[in-house]
Amino acid sequence: MSDTSAAFVRTEQVPPSPPPTSATGPVKWAKDNLFSTPLYSLLTIAAFYFIYLILANTLPWIANGVWGTSSLAECREALNGVSGGCFSVLTERWNQLLFGFKYPADQYWRPALTFLLFFAAAAPVLFFKLPRQLLLFTALFPFIAFYLIWGGTILTPILALVGFVAGYFVYQRFVAGSFAAGFFGGIATAFVVWIIGGMLIPANANEGALLSTVPSRDLGGFMLNMMLGVTCVSLSVPLGIALALGRQSDMPLIKWICVVFIEFIRGVPLITLLFVASVMLAYFFPPGTTTDLFLRVVIMITMFSAAYIAEVIRGGLAALPRGQYEAADSLGLDYPQAMRLIILPQALKISIPGIVNVAVGLFKDTVLVSVISMFDLLGMIRGPILASTEWNGVYWELLGFASLLFFVVCYGISQYSQWLERQLATDHR
Amino acid sequence: MKKTVIFGALTAAGMAAGAAAAGTLDDVKARGTLNCGVTTGLVGFAAPDANGEWDGFDVAVCRAVAAAVLGDPTAVEFVPTTGKTRFTALASGEIDMLARNTTWTFSRDVDLKFTFVGVNYYDGQGFMVPKDLGVSSAKDLDGATVCIQTGTTTELNLADFFRSNNISYEPVPIETNAEAQQQYLAGACDVYTTDASGLAATRATFEAPGDHVLLPEIISKEPLGPLVRHGDNEWGDVVRWTLNALISAEELGITSTNISEMSGGTDNPEINRILGTEGTLGEMLGLDADWAMKAINASGNYGEIFEKNIGEATPIGLARGLNAQWTDGGLLYSPPFR
Repeated sequence: MSDTSAAFVRTEQVPPSPPPTSATGPVKWAKDNLFSTPLYSLLTIAAFYFIYLILANTLPWIANGVWGTSSLAECREALNGVSGGCFSVLTERWNQLLFGFKYPADQYWRPALTFLLFFAAAAPVLFFKLPRQLLLFTALFPFIAFYLIWGGTILTPILALVGFVAGYFVYQRFVAGSFAAGFFGGIATAFVVWIIGGMLIPANANEGALLSTVPSRDLGGFMLNMMLGVTCVSLSVPLGIALALGRQSDMPLIKWICVVFIEFIRGVPLITLLFVASVMLAYFFPPGTTTDLFLRVVIMITMFSAAYIAEVIRGGLAALPRGQYEAADSLGLDYPQAMRLIILPQALKISIPGIVNVAVGLFKDTVLVSVISMFDLLGMIRGPILASTEWNGVYWELLGFASLLFFVVCYGISQYSQWLERQLATDHR
Repeated sequence: MKKTVIFGALTAAGMAAGAAAAGTLDDVKARGTLNCGVTTGLVGFAAPDANGEWDGFDVAVCRAVAAAVLGDPTAVEFVPTTGKTRFTALASGEIDMLARNTTWTFSRDVDLKFTFVGVNYYDGQGFMVPKDLGVSSAKDLDGATVCIQTGTTTELNLADFFRSNNISYEPVPIETNAEAQQQYLAGACDVYTTDASGLAATRATFEAPGDHVLLPEIISKEPLGPLVRHGDNEWGDVVRWTLNALISAEELGITSTNISEMSGGTDNPEINRILGTEGTLGEMLGLDADWAMKAINASGNYGEIFEKNIGEATPIGLARGLNAQWTDGGLLYSPPFR
């Protein structure tokens, strides 16, 4: 009946309409991830409330912070009852926090320059794609750093360098014949050079030197933490490898020396070793001939972390299939070659997370030296700064600053190690 | 005050090494600097300032001795020591004297083999309470919660005091003074107890010091003084009489301002003997005739040192109390210079 009743006929397809707001964008994300079930909703709200509580207290505290006053009492006057941090202590004492209270102020550029050079020296070790020639600078860096930080006559670091170079050449000359001959010959040569050279350096060479001498007792602040951390980590990795290999050795004497060393050091708290370094060793030396306290502490911390690293690396060695050792043998490689070319590269790769873990822990443990009255970052805060009449009572600002410095360094180490693991792809995918 | 038996034993074991350092006076003169042990930092008593210069009440004793022996109050190598390392540092000869608010006790003097040369501060354990508590005497503290540093003699003194007064308390153990401040301010305990000088210094850092009061009771004796090793009496005499010179100077009215005038000679023979214009006291000690004058010049007499570092004009605000001259009703009493 109705030929005019032709229904509307679409000539083109309906364009897809946007999904409802409840199924897209941030709303959907929030619904899926934050409010998916009543329990999760409750937890989300509780978590947001906690975050709000924390921020509501800390943000005004930071924003109202006072920066320019010269004592805590003046800070309180400036704040006038408002909640706010007294960051003036950082602006007034930043140099003591970073360098200790006795490092001469006009020489701060020396540790600062050393810090910058440290990155240049560490780069070729950390990033394999950089030209290998840069390693030469890395090898020179310890001597440059020593000269910059301690100052005195330049002859001392040069003599140390010459000793190492002479030892290396002797090692190269004899190692082809026998590893032991090269190794011990090299060490003996280095010591001969140092003893003879030590006699040649005049006793008053430190007077009138280009860079004034700074005794170890004057080092302090975060600089001390960095120095202890860097020195001890870089010394304890090779020592730890040697101990791990020694523990697996077939030679009973070497094996037992390594086992006893590792088990003894691991069984003793670090703080005990530090007390031994600072207090007990003084009794074993004749009066007046004590070794430098910094050196004693470096030796103790290095021994401590080497024992831990040795166990981490032993884990890496144990994880290698037996076939790898047999493959090395079947190629006719001798022990040093097999270790250097086949076993260690794989074992160390597996051990990276463990080694980094020890390194981060060790770096943080360097604050323990504050109990033997060395003024590292924490020692500076707990001792001189909190004991001054101006700043007694400033806790959050100082300890927050210390946490920040340590966090930056430790997070950096951790990020590097994750990058390295991705580069080396340690899991056998 | 802490005392560690183990380190005491180590100290005794180290006496062989320490004995080799007899003749400390000659050693110090030859070295040209005095190695003086101080704390790693205690408000008012010893702390380095923003420029790294040590300053404080104990530090002034070191400077006076250096001035007397070497003629230069800055010729001091300050060796910071902790409560645990202080005695071994002295026994092993690393330091020549220790001026580190150390309590003079029988066992330290006799068993650890040190010589306390005198007392430069008479301290004692006190109580601090909030004013709101409305307490005016420690005997009203029945049932109170007390913040107390563990492992110290203050803990034992506290137990003794409450037991002998037949009242009860609840201890809140804490580790350091910093922790104690936070706990006390947060209201975790009604009372904080430690040495009275420490209480005053702590209270000075509060935002509203007026809201807290120190109770009048002092429940222990803590005579703090400089000490040297046993067995070197000449050196002990130098330190002892330098301290006495500072105390006598206050008693006799010698100050850093009028000393140059007085050194021209006065009517009082004792002043003349101290300042070296009469007699040969300096020679008897093996020092210059004007040794005491240099010592007093270093940072003033005892009273001046007290007022500058911990006195009522400073934020710490300690009253002289027991540390007044005997003529003013205190305990400071120097033997005569004769």
